[in-house]
Order: sequence, then C-alpha cells, then structure tokens
Amino acid sequence: MADTAVKEVKKREPLLGKKERKLLLDPLNDNNPITVQVLGICSALAVTSMVLPSVVMAVAVTFVTAFSNLFVSLLRRRIPKQVRMIAQLVIIAFLVTVVELLLKAYNYPVYKQLSVYIGLIITNCIVMGRLEAFAMANKPWQSFLDGIGNGLGYGAILITVAVVRELFGKGSLFAGTPIALNIIGPNADYWIDTSSNPWFSWYVNNNLMVLPIAAMFIIAILIWIQRTVNPKLVDAS
Amino acid sequence: MEAINIFIKSAFIENMVLAYFLGMCSFLAVSKSVKTAFGLGLAVIFVLGITMPINWVINEYLLSETGLFGMDLTFLRFILFIAVIASMVQLVEMVVEKFSPALYTSLGIFLPLITVNCAILGGSLFMISREYNFVESVAFGLGGGFGWFLAIVLLAAIREKIRYSDVPAPLRGLGIAFILTGLMGIAFMSLMGIDPAAFAK
Repeated sequence: MADTAVKEVKKREPLLGKKERKLLLDPLNDNNPITVQVLGICSALAVTSMVLPSVVMAVAVTFVTAFSNLFVSLLRRRIPKQVRMIAQLVIIAFLVTVVELLLKAYNYPVYKQLSVYIGLIITNCIVMGRLEAFAMANKPWQSFLDGIGNGLGYGAILITVAVVRELFGKGSLFAGTPIALNIIGPNADYWIDTSSNPWFSWYVNNNLMVLPIAAMFIIAILIWIQRTVNPKLVDAS
Repeated sequence: MEAINIFIKSAFIENMVLAYFLGMCSFLAVSKSVKTAFGLGLAVIFVLGITMPINWVINEYLLSETGLFGMDLTFLRFILFIAVIASMVQLVEMVVEKFSPALYTSLGIFLPLITVNCAILGGSLFMISREYNFVESVAFGLGGGFGWFLAIVLLAAIREKIRYSDVPAPLRGLGIAFILTGLMGIAFMSLMGIDPAAFAK
C-alpha cells in the first residue's frame, strides 16, 4: 500500500523538476563525459577536424545514448546480470545501425567522412558507461534525460574543439553547410583577406590543427581551463 | 610480403592509438603503471589477433552477397562483429583467470572492458573498408595489437616518471596524459617517412 502511494506522489512531480534539470545540465560542466569522466575520447579526437561532421557525430551520439538509456532502463529488471553486456551491446548496435543507415541515405558525403567512427559509437565508452552507471539503476524518464545531458556535454566539447581546429587549420567555419564562413585566408571572399590586407600578410593556416593530434592539445587546454575555474575537479593524487 | 608490410605499417606508421586514436578510454585509464599496461596490452594483441580473422570469415562467407545466404546482409555487420568480440573477450577472461590469477586481479574491470575498446571493433571495420584478404587481416590484427601494446607501455612508463614532476595542479593526471599522448603522436608521425616496402626486399 505504502509503495503505491509513493509511486503516485512521484507521478505528480513535474516532468522537468530540479533533479531532472540537474541530470541535463551536470554533464555540461561538473560531470562532463570527456573532460571529467574520460569517456568517448576516440571519436572526439578523430572527427573534430571540421564543424559539420562534429555536429553530426554529436547528434548521433546524443540519439544513441538517450534511446539506449531509455530501452535498457525499461528492461533493467528483466536483463540477467551475467549477460547484461551482450544485451546492452545488442540494443546499442541496433540503434547505431539505424543511425548509420539514415546518414548513408540522407547525407552521403558526411557518412564517407565519418567512415568507421559511426560504427564506433557502439564502443563509444559514453554509451556503455552511462548504461552501466545510470540506466541500470534508474527510471526510464530520468535515464533518457541523463542520456540527452551526456550527449550534450559530449557535443559541447566536440564542437568547441572543432571550431578551434577548423578556424586555425583551414581558415573557415561550418564548411560544407549552407552557412559556410570563410574567415581568414588568401581568397577574395574571406573576411580577412591575407593577400590584400597588409596587416595579415604574414598569416598562414596551422597545418598541425588539421591532424587529430591537435585535438589532444586542445582538450588538454580545455581541461586546464575547466579545472582552474572549477577547482573541485582537480586530481588530488 | 604484403602481409609483412601491413604488419609494420599498422604497428608503427598507422598506429591504432597514436594515429587513429582508437581505444583511448582504456589507454588513458590503465596507463598508470607499466605492469598493468603490459598485461592489458598483451590481452589486446590476443583479442585483436583472434577477432580480426573470425570477423573476416563472417563478413566474407555469411554477410556478403556471394556468401552462404546469397544476399547482402552487411547491415548486420555491427551486431555480429560485436557479438564475436564480446564472446572472445569472455574466453580470454576465463583463460587469464585460470592461468594467471594475479594478472586477472590486477586487470580487474578493464578485462571485460576490452569489449568496448574501440581498437578492437575499429580494427575490424578498418579491415572491411580497406578490403584486406585473409592473411592481410591476420597481419593487420597482430600489427595493430602490437602497436597498441607498444603505445600503452610507453605512456605508462612516462606517466610513472612524471608523477614526481611539478605539473600545474589543474593539469595533473588527465590533462598531462593528454599532452603526453599528443607529443607521442607527433613523435610517431616521424615514422611516416619509412617505406614499409623496403623491409620486404
């Protein structure tokens, strides 16, 4: 009897209460999947040379994390402990296959550019990590929000890194989209035209930024900034 | 000969970790001591070396249009590959537990996590997209695994030393590990000048 009463009270809670808002916003800073939980770094490094693929990747990961969290949370009482890895992987692999086929059908150039990294969302540690740490022990709606929040936190880092890398590596932003901006370089339609502007004639694009290695340094700098602003995250050991 | 080229290329020139950044999560998490890094590296070589040919056979004889079912089933690739990898990891776990309980306890949670090590699935997907044949896929698996092993042992050795250095507090731990990996990546880039064909002559 008491149990059902508690359940009824909980049902009347607003859809986006304080706890839910925390689930959504925590991963953006205090519990960021990349800079704090160290999850999902492979793709963060490999796809961020331009903004467009990073946005696609962020959306794909958010979708997969949110829905795999939702499904696993719905099934959490039915999955036996011993086979939970396989069960989770099948759910994730199904969702990733859906994403892959959609992307292949609607945006083939980006699909080509992301190549194996779409398939690697399956082994993206964010998805597995959140399933193990959250969805196996929480209600579906909260798990869904947790998935969205972690996807957003992942996307925020991805897009920040991509903006820096594309701007300094290629001199453009959002290349390949209708709102492509040419910021700096020798072409006539650039905002800062290095061939005619005497103040910027020395400027050349930084080729290191095109390489995935650049992402390592940018993420390290982001970690440095984040932990300086937010000292409670500093690694004590 | 082509196989030797691929081994050298995947181990040094196109290193899984330092050129494609696959398996980064466990690479950063387990590289705190050389001993555990060594054990995990060996396990990765083993799992990569086994799953790669198995997945090649599955892709060639079950999923492709010329295969057993006579239709294009490649959309099932992800699910089947990850199932093979998960079961192989389970096998490795049982073998390690039986023959080396010490290594088993020191690897702890990271052994089952090889399943979600991007390097394993990534290796299989690269093998498909590069259209390797059977022998080449074995060489790619062993070479990729060896490259991963080399990278994690090197990083663990550096991190053991850097613990005694005066790193700025916000960079300690994770931050400095990122920078070190980046520097190692640059160092490995210098190997790109090597012509693997020269070894085969």
